[in-house]
Formats: sequence, structure tokens, C-alpha cells
Amino acid sequence: MQIFTRRRTAVSAVAAGFAALSFTVAACSSGSSAPAASGGAAGSGSSASQQAGTAGLTVPTANLPVLQTVGKGEGQLNLIDWSGYLDPKWVKPFEKQTGCMVNGKDAGSSDEMVSLMKNGGGGQWDMVSSSGDADLRLLYAGDAHPVNMALIPAAKDFFPAFQAPAFNTINGVHYGVSLQWGPNVLMYNTKDFTTAPTSWSVLYNAKYKGQITVPDNPIQIADAALYLEKTKPSLGITDPYELTQPQFQAAVALLAQQKPLVKKYWALASEEISDFQNGNVIVGAGWPYQVSALKAAKFSIGSTVPAEGATGWADTWMLAAKAPHPNCAYKWMQYISTPQVQALQAITYGETPDNAKACPIMDKLQAGSCAEYHADAPASYIAKLALWKTPLATCDNGQNNCVPYADWVSAWNTQVK
Amino acid sequence: MTSTAGTRPKEQGQNQVIRNGWLLRLSTALWRRPWARASLLLTPPLAWFLLVYIASLIVLLVTAFWTVNPFTSNIEQTWTLSNFQEIFTTPAYLSDIAQTVGMAAAVTVTDAVIAFPFAYFMARVAAPRTRTALFVAILLPLWASYLAKVYSWVLIFLNHGFLDWVVGGLGLGHPQLIYTNWAVYAVFCYLWLPFMIIPVYGALERVPASLIEASQDLGGRTWRTTRSVLVPLVLPGIVAGSIFTFSLTLGDYITPLLIGGTSANFIGNIIYTNIGIANNVPFAAAMALVPVVIMGIYLFAARALGAFEAL
Repeated sequence: MQIFTRRRTAVSAVAAGFAALSFTVAACSSGSSAPAASGGAAGSGSSASQQAGTAGLTVPTANLPVLQTVGKGEGQLNLIDWSGYLDPKWVKPFEKQTGCMVNGKDAGSSDEMVSLMKNGGGGQWDMVSSSGDADLRLLYAGDAHPVNMALIPAAKDFFPAFQAPAFNTINGVHYGVSLQWGPNVLMYNTKDFTTAPTSWSVLYNAKYKGQITVPDNPIQIADAALYLEKTKPSLGITDPYELTQPQFQAAVALLAQQKPLVKKYWALASEEISDFQNGNVIVGAGWPYQVSALKAAKFSIGSTVPAEGATGWADTWMLAAKAPHPNCAYKWMQYISTPQVQALQAITYGETPDNAKACPIMDKLQAGSCAEYHADAPASYIAKLALWKTPLATCDNGQNNCVPYADWVSAWNTQVK
Repeated sequence: MTSTAGTRPKEQGQNQVIRNGWLLRLSTALWRRPWARASLLLTPPLAWFLLVYIASLIVLLVTAFWTVNPFTSNIEQTWTLSNFQEIFTTPAYLSDIAQTVGMAAAVTVTDAVIAFPFAYFMARVAAPRTRTALFVAILLPLWASYLAKVYSWVLIFLNHGFLDWVVGGLGLGHPQLIYTNWAVYAVFCYLWLPFMIIPVYGALERVPASLIEASQDLGGRTWRTTRSVLVPLVLPGIVAGSIFTFSLTLGDYITPLLIGGTSANFIGNIIYTNIGIANNVPFAAAMALVPVVIMGIYLFAARALGAFEAL
């Protein structure tokens, strides 16, 4: 027994010595991995929960030199993508054309994309297909690299709204090439819903208890807010991403009521697909990708943008600050913005292309698809969608009383789930 | 041993002697100083242990006192207790911790209750050949992939899956266990059962048959003998097994992720979402210290019950 104690003290003495050593190591290494952005964000002195918007922020990578000519490909391209964005239909021809082999990693949420980019910040990833709610977070964290748009000729044909959108272009500097956009849809099993639902209210209806699935994502609070905007005008919600404290609490309360009805908060698109197929759920919120995958599997799935409108996304292929294969990344940006590939991706995924010339090609691939996915009249369609953006403390009305994204995350994890 | 230099064989012989002499001196030196021998032997494993295990734990501890910028997700190295404050003042986190400990305790008790008669049969009733067969049956699942085992349970619990089919066929309704904590509980019990059976078997095998006969001679019936003789002697084995079942349940997040539903928020899942999705490593580190502390207390209690002699 005495030996045991003595040995233990010896070990703990060594451990204590080691503690000092490893502490210095830890401090040094993480100090060098996250240097730039803290300067901008922390410098303003704003505390965690009182984020002062983007007003005083600068993009740490803004002055990095951009590529002037696209050289020979490096043979590899590492991408973080939304499930379905790297379909062999357009990835295989790209690999054959350029010799750049695409290695993809599916992400389930914008938070996961930010996290993957940060942890692979040492040059693991070349690009990420991030949405409007993640773009600014990546930019101001110093994880994105400026892009020379002169090298991407097809981008000139983009609709004006996506030429230099605020979510990926800061002070005229582009950090990636805009991609596509679309709605988050209401999905339902047509065997259980003989008449198509026209309102998000089915997701809050106790009649479907235990048969509902919604994304495991804090941005879902915006879906609840959008629903309340239309069904409870007294709250005065005008933008589901700019919520005052009472509006925010109303949305969170609605989701907390919804929780007992939910069978599963899905994290990956594949989970939702198999839950519909197995009959675990019959109605839920999802992306057009799941709908087209289930349709391709001959499953009885229907989808709709309900009367209240829908949240949606506008995606960008963002270039990573330390992209190890920049030439392949530029080749990918050139390729993915061409009308042919834009049309193919739009039809396969069920979203709207950014390239105005994609419309006739879509109709050639699948008759009527240009109008079906609103590629002919994007302006009126975009008004129906509330595109994802990062909630900030500064509202557009100039007041500083909106709930910032950090509070969305903690409310989702502690009050909803 | 006089050396007359010149001929080759002799020169070689001399080298041999010198080399032997050098080795001999080293071994003598080590023999005279046991501490030097011990430290030479122990340095590689100890350095490995310190580097991989202790150092990572210390880094974890240090990180727990930092925070993350919620907008850019960059780590800010300012010392603060806010992570711990958040854990211990948020009712949701407290109930998640309680749920995890409750699940670990329930799984441990269930496995102990199942393992005891099983191990008893193996140790004292079964013929050697049956015993070998049972051993293989216990160990075989340990060689299979964790995911394959969990996914096979998904098929069992599925809506209209195997369980629904059997129970429905018997006219007992429609249990629909998938995505519930009951399903998580059943899978945990299944996954960790071998870790309980083996130490209990070891402890039962060491109980001398004469003690059981003595108890019977004194009029003790089966229940009395089990309660007063067998269980106290096997207790260290049960506690040793419970260390595995308890700690493995405490740290697992994959089973709740795949089989659990909307309330499957266990400590491991909170850590997973904070690191993998929200990138809040400091908060995850603070959360990860919770099971470390719980296991520390548990091991301390287990040592008091003599579990380490039974391992």
C-alpha cells in the first residue's frame, strides 16, 4: 500500500512538471493557428454575446495576392460540400477534363462547414460550398482567400443579384464564386397526405406526433420565426434573421412545443432520406436534394414551398485561405459556373442556377424545368424566400437590439433540444 | 589472456573480449544500481504515457478555461470560468449530465444482473467444452465492428422492423422503439455485456467450492448461499466489470446519435456537437472534464470495494 502511494506521488510530480511544459506548447501552437481574426473581432472590445455586427471588422485575408493566371492543375481538389453538390454527373467530366481528382466531404450544416474549415485551416481544404449564413463567419475569421474574378469568365453571365453579393464580396473583393440558390421545402409522404399540405402548420400539429423530422440546426429558429411572421402579425417580425428578444423567445417557444412531436432531428441528408423510406417519419423540413433522391428511388415523396414562404439559401464556392491546390480550385470555379454545369446541377438538385444562360439548357435537359425552378424569373421568386444569413446584434433598422447567432446556438441546444 | 598482436584470429578474439568486457561492465553497473535499470526499462512506456495521455488531458484542462468568438469561431485565450458556469447553471446541461449518469447506472445494473447467472453457469456448471463455446460466443461480438452491431439493432428497432413484426404478430401492438432512449438503453446493455461477464466469471472461478459446500452443510439454501457467500466474494469482480460498463456508457455518443431520438442528449453528444459542428472546443473541453471527474469518483469508490484485485 505504501509503495502504491509513493509511486503515485512520483507520477504526479512528473505530471506536474509536464503540465508546465505542455501548457507552453499548447499556448504557442494555438496562438499561431488563430492569429489574424481575433485582431479584428476582439479588438472592438465587444463581448461574446454583444457582437457589434460587422461594422468594425476587417477581413484579415483581404490583401493576400490573387492568382493572375491559372496554371497546370495539381491533380487533386479537396472540397467540403452540401450533400448532392458533388454528383458524379458533373464531377466525372471535370476530372477527365482537368486531371484534378475531386475529394469531397459532405457537411450537414453551416456550423459544421465553419468548423471543418477552421480545423482543416492548415491547408487541408481547397474550397467549401458554404451558404449565406456561414460566408461572413468564414471571411472575418480569415479562412477565405480573395478570388480573381477575371479568371472566371462565365461569372459575367450571372444574374445581377449574384454578380457581387454582400455575402461573398466585401469592398469589391470576391472570396469565391456564387453558385446556386433555392428553398428549404416541406416534404411529405404522398401516401399519408392525399391532398398536399399548403402550410408549415403541419410541422406543429399534434396530429402528426412522432412522425415529423426537422433539421438539427440552430438556423431552424428562422423557420419558426418565418411561420410566426405570417401567423402572428402582432409580434411584428419583418425579417426572420433579425429578431428582437421577445420575437426570438416566441420562435424558440414554438420550437420547444414542437419537440415532443419530432421523431428525429436529422443531421445529414442521408438520415432524412432513410427515415422517410423506412416509414419512421411522414412529414418534415428538408432540401430539394432529399426530394430528388427519394424520387429517384421511386419513393412516394412530395414537396412544396408553403403559403407562408420558406427560408432558403444562396451558396458560394469559397476559396480557402491556405488552399493547397489553387490551380485546380480555379479550374473548378471556371467549370461550375458554366451554363451547362449550372443547368445540370440545378435540375439534379432542384435549385435555381445563378447563370442566366442556363435556362435554355435546362429546358433542353428536361422540358419546362427552367420555369419550374424559376430560372426565368428569379427576381419575383427570390422575394418569396428568406435566404439564410448570419443573425447579428445590429439589425438593419440601425438599432442594436437583435439576438446574435451565438444566442441562437445556445437556445437551440438548451431550450429547444 | 596475453595478447600478442599480429595474427588475425587473435586480434578478433581480443575484440570479442573487449566488447564482452564493455557489455559486462554495463550489465554489472545496472545490476548494482537497480534504480538505473528500472528507469531505463520504464522510460519509453512512461514517456509515451505522459505524452499521449497525461499531456492531452492537461491540454484539455487548459482549453476549458478559454472561450470562442461566437461570430468567427476563433479561440480567444482569455482565462475565464464561463464554460463551467454555463454547464452548472443551465438546467438543460444539468439534466443531460443526470440523464447520462442515470443511463450508465441503469446499463451497469442490468448487465450485472444478466452477467451473474451467465458467468455462474460458465464457471461452475458448464462442461469444459460448453464453457469454451460460451467464451467464443461472448468474445465473438467484440471482434465485429461497432457500427455493424449498432446498425443491426437499427434494423431490429425500425418502424415495421423485426421487433415490430414479432410483437405485432403476437398481437401486442406496435412498440416503435427506434429513436427512443429505451432503444439506446437496450443497445448499450448489449454492447457492454461481455465487459461485465468476463471479470465476474474470473471472480466466480476463484471462489473455492468448499465454501459453498460449507454453507450448504450449515443449512444455507441456494438463495442464502448466493446472498451471504457468493455475492460478497464476487463483488470485486462485479465492481471491476461495472467500471467498464459505466465508463463506456458515460463516454459513448455514436449509439445515441444513430439510435437515439430527440432527447438523446448525452455528455458525449454535447461534446461531439460542440467540437464537430459548433467548433466550440473550449466548451467541449469543459464538458469533457465532467465524465473525467465522475469516473475519478467512481474509481475511488471501486478501489475501496477491492475491484482492482479482481481485474
